[in-house]
Amino acid sequence: MKGNSLPMKGREFLRKKRTPMQLEQILQYSFSGLSTGAIYALIGIGFSIIFNATGIINFAQGEFVMLGGMLTLFFLELLQLPLWAAVPCAVAVSALAGILFERLAIRPLRQPTPINLVIITIAGSILIRGLAMLLWGKDTHAIPPFSGDEPISIAGATILPQHIWILAITVLIIAVNKFFFYHTISGKAMRACSYNRRAASLVGIDVRRMVLLSFIISSVLGSLAGIIVAPLTMTAYDVGIMLGLKGFCAAIIGGMSSGMATVVGGLILGVLESLGAGLISSGYKDAIAFIILLLILFIRPQGLFGKAESERV
Amino acid sequence: MRRELLKFLFFAVLILAAPLVFSGGYLMNVLVFVGINTMLAVALNLLLGYAGQISLGHAGFFGIGAYLSGILTATYGWNAWLAMPLAALVVGTLAGLIGFPILKLKGHYLAMATLGLGIIIYIVFNETVDLTGGPSGLSGIPNLSIGSLVFDNDFKNYYLIWTFGLAVVLFCVNLAGSRVGRALRAVNDSEVAARVMGVNARILKVQVFALSAVISSLAGSLYAHTMTFVSPASFGFNFSVELLTMVVIGGLGSVYGSFLGAALLTLLPELLRGAQDYDIIIYGGLLMSMVMFMPGGLVRGLPELFRRVARRREGAGNA
Amino acid sequence: MKKLIAVCGVVCVGLLSATAVFAAGTIKIGGLFAVTGPAAFLGEPERNTAKMVVEEINKAGGVKGHKLELVVYDTSGDATKAVQLATKLIRDDHVAAIIGPSTTGESMAVIPVAEREKVPLISCSAGIKITEPVKKWVFKTAQNDTLAVGKIYEYLQRHKQSKVAILTVSDGFGASGREQLKAQARKYGITIVSDDTYGPKDTDMTAQLTRIRGSRAQAIICWGTNPGPAVIAKNARQLGLKMPLFMSHGVSSKKFIELAGDAAEGIKLPSGKVIVADLLPASDRQKGALTAFVKDYQKHYRAEGDHFGGHAWDAVMLLKNAIERGGDTRATIRDQLERTRGFAGIGGTFSYSAQDHAGLNNDAFVLVEVKKRHWSIVK
Repeated sequence: MKGNSLPMKGREFLRKKRTPMQLEQILQYSFSGLSTGAIYALIGIGFSIIFNATGIINFAQGEFVMLGGMLTLFFLELLQLPLWAAVPCAVAVSALAGILFERLAIRPLRQPTPINLVIITIAGSILIRGLAMLLWGKDTHAIPPFSGDEPISIAGATILPQHIWILAITVLIIAVNKFFFYHTISGKAMRACSYNRRAASLVGIDVRRMVLLSFIISSVLGSLAGIIVAPLTMTAYDVGIMLGLKGFCAAIIGGMSSGMATVVGGLILGVLESLGAGLISSGYKDAIAFIILLLILFIRPQGLFGKAESERV
Repeated sequence: MRRELLKFLFFAVLILAAPLVFSGGYLMNVLVFVGINTMLAVALNLLLGYAGQISLGHAGFFGIGAYLSGILTATYGWNAWLAMPLAALVVGTLAGLIGFPILKLKGHYLAMATLGLGIIIYIVFNETVDLTGGPSGLSGIPNLSIGSLVFDNDFKNYYLIWTFGLAVVLFCVNLAGSRVGRALRAVNDSEVAARVMGVNARILKVQVFALSAVISSLAGSLYAHTMTFVSPASFGFNFSVELLTMVVIGGLGSVYGSFLGAALLTLLPELLRGAQDYDIIIYGGLLMSMVMFMPGGLVRGLPELFRRVARRREGAGNA
Repeated sequence: MKKLIAVCGVVCVGLLSATAVFAAGTIKIGGLFAVTGPAAFLGEPERNTAKMVVEEINKAGGVKGHKLELVVYDTSGDATKAVQLATKLIRDDHVAAIIGPSTTGESMAVIPVAEREKVPLISCSAGIKITEPVKKWVFKTAQNDTLAVGKIYEYLQRHKQSKVAILTVSDGFGASGREQLKAQARKYGITIVSDDTYGPKDTDMTAQLTRIRGSRAQAIICWGTNPGPAVIAKNARQLGLKMPLFMSHGVSSKKFIELAGDAAEGIKLPSGKVIVADLLPASDRQKGALTAFVKDYQKHYRAEGDHFGGHAWDAVMLLKNAIERGGDTRATIRDQLERTRGFAGIGGTFSYSAQDHAGLNNDAFVLVEVKKRHWSIVK
């Protein structure tokens, strides 16, 4: 990275005067960052929903993202379904996988200590990944974009129709999410669980049903994220690991909220990565994102938007 | 304390006698890695099992130890016995410094921060090509030697690694039984209560974090000199997770449990080799059922299993 | 007359008993391939091919009457495992020689074991460090990255393009490519005006490409393996980049065209000859081997053979020839391997010597271009 022939390095960049060309570049970085960030946000919300309902960090969340993409491909290619039918089928099967996971792995746990839960979700993710590898092989697969791939130019930066799909679906999901948690009985019950599970069960909320529900919602969100991003990034049995980690990151920045804070967390992460790769160093872009994450945690240990909690003794 | 000493002596004899049974073959080689992984698991268990602090970045410390030893000896021609303590010192200082801000975090925030730390270290290994050789790795690391005795085969390496391994085990057994060990467990139960009792929880946590990192670095140095080659892929997120799994499967807060966990997870892939592509599924499934049916880890689950089997035998005998 | 019959009889009996003695023992060959994990795209075709070739050889009567037996282990791309399994092959399975590993990192890790135990190793990975400097027991079949880089630079030089941007993946394959791209540039009068990397699991490379667009680069050279380069091709199309895009031989299979779709159109890359086997003139020395490989692979696995599998094909055939010329002890196999001259395989025409254990020259690669979703040779 030290070739002096490089045109632009971080510090030089800041010293130089901005030309329209560079503004265009920054715009392009931001667009790219926002669309990857939207995906991180969806995955992050999945993490938060399960965490809030159960206190579990579900390390298998990334595998639902993988399942979304791979199942869509399965329904498209092998069963020859049209896209509008393949997507709901894929989401439904992912939700089923979520239910099975909760019933077979989480519920029967005799000593659900946090650390045992971490291990069981990690084991679950290994198992799901292994099954996907056996079923669909190790190859990477392409999925056709939802509506063509003619680039669209906006103020000198270009995006694809799929990016619009990603942003639109993300906004839609956030809206539905908000509606669910604030205007439906089940949603309100789930929020009650996240504040205090014992109190919630005392007022007659079936906590175990809420836990199951949280797994269903998260697997649906995860698989949707996997589906809308697959036409851009392609999909394979092992795409879930990295995306899952990034989603976890987004949720942490957002203070494990299942609402806007995590969305902002995801977008921040996506844009930071993209700007880091474009302006400073592409090799260190993930490191840059993680260093900023560490700094955020050091300064605000409850996440960027969280309130400080008092500790019970 | 006498009982602990007897237990350790029994363990040590078992370990030192093992080559009599397994000598020569390939299993010896695997047992060398069981030794390295035991050191790592015991180190992580100090942090996780005794002090109750999770770390998803321990592969990073292991890696820094391995790379520092490797670079100092292979590139700069240092004596390996000098490079090793220096690497440990650097890692210990680093962990001590980063420990203060990082251990202020709790629960999943701590998990995330240590995970991030591990990933940053991994990226540095990959990107500093001139120093580490980048993704293609660093080769030509010399074997350790004492005078004319060069540790260049599995048999010699076994005793070399396990000398360190047993020392680490003995040290940790002692530590657990000491005042420090009790203070650690107090921090684990309730930090605030421990503080009230006059334990400086913050310093103590950082000290354990640094100690754990130093042991990991030592294991890393030994790994580098046995393998004579290191590459970043061995020190990624996956390995951090594997270490965590060893500790939990073995049994939190038990030194010998960590050995059991390390031995099981190192030997398991060998046992599953016959299953070919199905091994990953069996591996995942096995981990799941272990957590389900032996939630306290092998060290508590196995005796219980024996007892149950024995009782059933008795029952059958009476009938 | 009687005498003649008697002599014939003796000779026959002698021959029969000789073959019987030979047939009594099988020759064990070890295989170390990354069948799972991130390098599975290398390891899987390699394992499949090695199995296939051994099967075909045994069907045809084996080597000097010996059957070959292949013992394959999966390293999952992990250097530690590769070393353990190499030890297992040598100590427990007593193999005569080892084929693999698949990646440069693993090969570098296994080399000390092979050297110490004095076992011939034919690596299937490309890193130049594997055979430079020459190690007594180590050979390789994958073409050096130097040759691939040379093919691209030659083309650029002919077309008077001297400023390039490089975009390499941050794993062993990309790092080795990046090193060679930088090292060879001056020789061809080329300046690298932008040097970027991307992660093997990255999903969006528009940031790097935007930066390249802002540079003075006349061409982009991308060094990686699927799926990264396909993402890059798509991203480049999205950004409307006009400069020509070059890929490495890491993506020279139909899979790349399938993944990148329309975005693959016009992309050029250096490749082993296997993907254009049917387009080669009959005079090409490798044509026979190439068509046989493609046909066999299609028959066994109903899939297209790629040049990664070809590395294993070459390795097994080189071993077979060495055993045929000499014997099946480790030392004679090594010596005979080193005496290989003009063996036309999949990766190229191999001639090893005491100074050269890579054995290929620059006719191992051709420059191909994607035209209408098919490969064509660039003249």
